[in-house]
Amino acid sequence: MKAGSNLEKVLAAGHFAVTAECGPPRGADPEQVRKKTPFLKGFIDACNVTDNQTSVVRMSSLAGSMILAENGIEPLMQMVTRDRNRIALQSDVLGASALGVRNLLCLSGDHQTFGDDPEAKNVHDIDSIQLLDLVRMMRDEGKFPSGKELKGAPKLFLGCAVNPFADPYDIRVPRLALKVAAGADFVQTQCIYNIDKFERYMADLRQRGLHEKVAVLAGVTPLKSAGMAKFMKRNVAGMDIPDEVIKRISSVGKKEQPQLGIDMCIELIERLKGVEGVRGVHVMAIEWEEKVEEIVSKAGLLPRP
Amino acid sequence: MIVGNAKPLAEILQMIESHQKIIIAGCHGCVTVCRAGGEKEVQILASALRLAREAVKNPLEIREVSLERQCDPEYLETMRPYAGDYQAVVSIGCGAGVQFLAEHFAALPIYPGINTNFIGVTERQGEWAERCQACGDCMLHLTGGICPIARCSKSILHGPCGGSVDGHCEIDKDVPCGWQLIIDRLRALNMMDSYEKLRPMKSWRTSRDGGPRRIVREDLTR
Repeated sequence: MKAGSNLEKVLAAGHFAVTAECGPPRGADPEQVRKKTPFLKGFIDACNVTDNQTSVVRMSSLAGSMILAENGIEPLMQMVTRDRNRIALQSDVLGASALGVRNLLCLSGDHQTFGDDPEAKNVHDIDSIQLLDLVRMMRDEGKFPSGKELKGAPKLFLGCAVNPFADPYDIRVPRLALKVAAGADFVQTQCIYNIDKFERYMADLRQRGLHEKVAVLAGVTPLKSAGMAKFMKRNVAGMDIPDEVIKRISSVGKKEQPQLGIDMCIELIERLKGVEGVRGVHVMAIEWEEKVEEIVSKAGLLPRP
Repeated sequence: MIVGNAKPLAEILQMIESHQKIIIAGCHGCVTVCRAGGEKEVQILASALRLAREAVKNPLEIREVSLERQCDPEYLETMRPYAGDYQAVVSIGCGAGVQFLAEHFAALPIYPGINTNFIGVTERQGEWAERCQACGDCMLHLTGGICPIARCSKSILHGPCGGSVDGHCEIDKDVPCGWQLIIDRLRALNMMDSYEKLRPMKSWRTSRDGGPRRIVREDLTR
């Protein structure tokens, strides 16, 4: 065990893992986090806590992680390189581990032009791959990148994200290989709607033998409506939603679309379970956490180990 | 070259509100090439300021000057004989020129008439684009001659990120993805084998982050 997190144990035991996502609130009220916990507790192995996603200021991912932990949910803390230089990143890695966080997802983060503070300084002292390498070094070698000894190495199961649908396609697997070499133990993918393209990505990944070195958690997001599908296709960079998916969700009336979206998500998970190298799913039910139980349950993934 | 562009006239009018007699100083260097601070732009700015001040019955006397370079002391000194006859200078040189004028003419207020934007190139007539961030430790030999620091919106050293679509950056469809450009070049040069090398964290000490920079060439200072 590298960190001994629940997620690491579930994967090591060969179970099909389930993670979900929880965006901290746009305010200091901890109740906003707590009220989501009954929808998640017992249904997942760990829960991502986003780090100011889309560059919109929210409660910090460390604070959100602690509130989840207090309520019996294992946090998977996200950390972006957009807002902190290497001094702050190292310090927060130490702090998170000291407080009991055992999973860390290393990301570069959405550019600040998307958020409420487009005037903010764009830090990017290091990139997400260098962050993986830095934390791996602190954890496994007990040293700071400066070479100085750590008094107590952080214990963190390390993850990265990939978008198999971004361009250019043919560097997507090599870039994951870089992340694995830097220290990624698991990877969570961008939301999958184009399953054919994802299967091609997995085949390319297996050809490199990467499925034996990194646990792939396939990302899924249930569609709430045809409008949401069209909006994401148009506005989210690197979001690949095939026309037939939009056609299907549009085939029923507005009232029935949320349930069809859930059903489509469950079908997708069933198919993903059969893809060699996929070791779990990452269910991103955006502001729809109350549906996680239904999705996970109907996909045959309950009870959790 | 260093690329700049004109400040709004209203902003300049506000800076010089209390003055009746000023110099507008252009520069024959970079800002002439990017058409922001050369001889012609001095004339245009002077005419615009005069007209604006006449309209409010507060006429302005302007001496129009174009220095060879505002970043070299010998050319700045050509202003010495008459500078004392004026109340202020509006420089339309780059930020370095404005500051060097201020250093050399301690008693005169010096105002910036342009914004200094970036080190870049003329992509086509009337269109300039950034190419260099002056990080002080060039790595262009590793990236196919395209700079990830200047051309990637996140300055990442292992790109492209997940926001690269159809060759453009997630921040704007008009911004080419710097890493797509790098990959295309590396491929054309048959250098893709270097792509999977993990690059160490960059030292920013040679960049502005290490504090204001200076180069001393002993061979030239002696």
